[in-house]
Amino acid sequence: MSNFLRSALAAAAAFGVATSALAADISGAGATFPYPVYSKWADTYKKETGNGLNYQSIGSGGGIKQIEARTVTFGASDAPLKAADLDKKGLAQWPMVMGGIVPVVNVQGVKAGQLAVDGPTLAKIYLGEITKWNDPALAKLNPAVKLPDAAIAVVHRSDGSGTTFNFTNYLVKVSPDWASKVGSAVSVEWPVGLGAKGNEGVSNTVGVTANSIGYVEYAYAIENKMTYTDMVNHDGKRVKPETATFQSAAANADWSHAPGFYQILTDQPGAKSWPITAATFILMPKKVPDAAAAAEALKFFDWAFTKGGKQAEALDYIPMPANVVSLIRKTWANDIKDTNGKPVYQAK
Amino acid sequence: MSEATLSSVAGSAVVNAGRQKALRRFEIGDRIFRVATRSSAIAVLVLLGGVIVSLVQGASPALSKFGFGFLISDAWNPVTEKFGAAPAIYGTLVTSFIALLIAAPVGFGIAVFLTELCPYKLRRPIGIAVELLAGIPSIIYGIWGMFVLAPFLQAHVQPALIATFADVPGLNRLFAGPPYGIGVLTASFILAIMILPLISSISRDVFDTVPHVLKEAAFGIGCTRWEVIRSIVAPYAGVGLVGGVMLALGRALGETMAVTFVIGNAHKIHASILGPGTTISATIANEFTEADGAIYTSSLIALGLLLFLITFIVLAISRLMLMRLEGKGAR
Repeated sequence: MSNFLRSALAAAAAFGVATSALAADISGAGATFPYPVYSKWADTYKKETGNGLNYQSIGSGGGIKQIEARTVTFGASDAPLKAADLDKKGLAQWPMVMGGIVPVVNVQGVKAGQLAVDGPTLAKIYLGEITKWNDPALAKLNPAVKLPDAAIAVVHRSDGSGTTFNFTNYLVKVSPDWASKVGSAVSVEWPVGLGAKGNEGVSNTVGVTANSIGYVEYAYAIENKMTYTDMVNHDGKRVKPETATFQSAAANADWSHAPGFYQILTDQPGAKSWPITAATFILMPKKVPDAAAAAEALKFFDWAFTKGGKQAEALDYIPMPANVVSLIRKTWANDIKDTNGKPVYQAK
Repeated sequence: MSEATLSSVAGSAVVNAGRQKALRRFEIGDRIFRVATRSSAIAVLVLLGGVIVSLVQGASPALSKFGFGFLISDAWNPVTEKFGAAPAIYGTLVTSFIALLIAAPVGFGIAVFLTELCPYKLRRPIGIAVELLAGIPSIIYGIWGMFVLAPFLQAHVQPALIATFADVPGLNRLFAGPPYGIGVLTASFILAIMILPLISSISRDVFDTVPHVLKEAAFGIGCTRWEVIRSIVAPYAGVGLVGGVMLALGRALGETMAVTFVIGNAHKIHASILGPGTTISATIANEFTEADGAIYTSSLIALGLLLFLITFIVLAISRLMLMRLEGKGAR
């Protein structure tokens, strides 16, 4: 009960902040996953231009709701909207930055990068069909590692999240069983396991629970020095989670033929592609109510594409490839217009 | 003489006018005070009514879609938009019940010791320590539970429980493995620690209401301390103790953050209390921000409404019991 009130108050407060900040700063709301890099960019951008960014990291679902209500200049979501939904809601969408999702484990004696899992095995673990670490499927993938005869504690997100959306999207692609029994969404009905709130919740729970496995954004795994695993990708090759393999997955994706940039980077082909790579998206109205604010926001995104790459990489995010960025700039010019039908911003 | 009378009459008229002015001032002050206090009291009722109305309104799409099935279904599937409250209700009631099972005897023990047995010097330090437990924010309990208690239970207590009850029919299902550390039992432990101060301080107050005459008379006819506690103090305080326990239950039912950390947040009803579960408040805290779709949000609000009803019933029962105790005290 008190929780409902609390969240209602928080929502009211967030709403109040968002609208009152409209006059001065670029206002946006949405996904938590890119929040660190957006705020880093905003810091530097403010130093260079004097314009600030007010970004509320309230989650992808909240970001979509806020941009639908037009209470913010842009919304951010880890799960892209389908082209039909975009048309219905009058929104334009493009990918802003990418990251990887990695399985993390806590098994005594196993170090980071020692284990490898493939998609079908991961799906079976999360379906509760593989319950022990010394299961033949895991032993076959890891002949060099001695795995204990212990029950696997499966850890997943308890809150709705773009990370879960991309993770379950991958499991749907690699496991027909997962596709028919569970499916893919920002939160799903988990067959087994412990739920934890947020990337930090999952990394903490895996950290304290012996014999557990979970999935987190790459940045969290690195920051918390967690035991991540390698994965066997679409081409059957074993790959490490690192910038090069995330970029390989992104490079192989065909953005130019994806309407509304609806492209999910899981299970991409390529010998060096990391199988669970994810992009995070920005949403803006096609017909903007406040042209000046929209132009300011686009100027910031343009600056981020041009100058923000280094900072993104330093925080373990992957910048969008140059060819995708030029497609995005074209989208801005073609799609985002003021009430008179004139483009609000022309990228140089 | 007559002049004097006249002036005194005129004087008294002046005095009367002054007095009436003062009286009117008091009257206005009184009225303002009454209006202010009364509207504060009414504001509470309006707020409460508003909360109920908005809860019912928010919950109605889910309740009309799922009907009574919402209470007994164990589905919680945001993909297919099928929701049921059974696992959350079950988790809420079971964690609170186990917490009471642990905290009530310990709390009574503390209260008996402090009122009847404790050397005077120790009384204050122990009393203050117990009350300090109540002052710790629940998030601290959650963090402690997750980083200290859960790994400890996983490594030492839970394997022992599983091994001990492995051959006992019934109990072996209640304490079935594997040990995760995090789960229903761990959440109950944390809740027990959190409601302990409430139970012990209320029972202490209740024990203090037992008239000294009764106790002294019992001692006078040669009763031992145990006999006095069992036959004089306990029956006299009985209803009050139950009322205190119910208040603690009210707190346990609504506790959110600490439970969210250690219960495992799984929408499943496990036979084993070592397995993960969820509670109503933990579900709302976890999922409200990202719940998209009208039915999903509405189901969460319906959970809130259920918690409201459960807590209301528990509090009403405890009030009733405390009222009966007060009646007894006056007699």
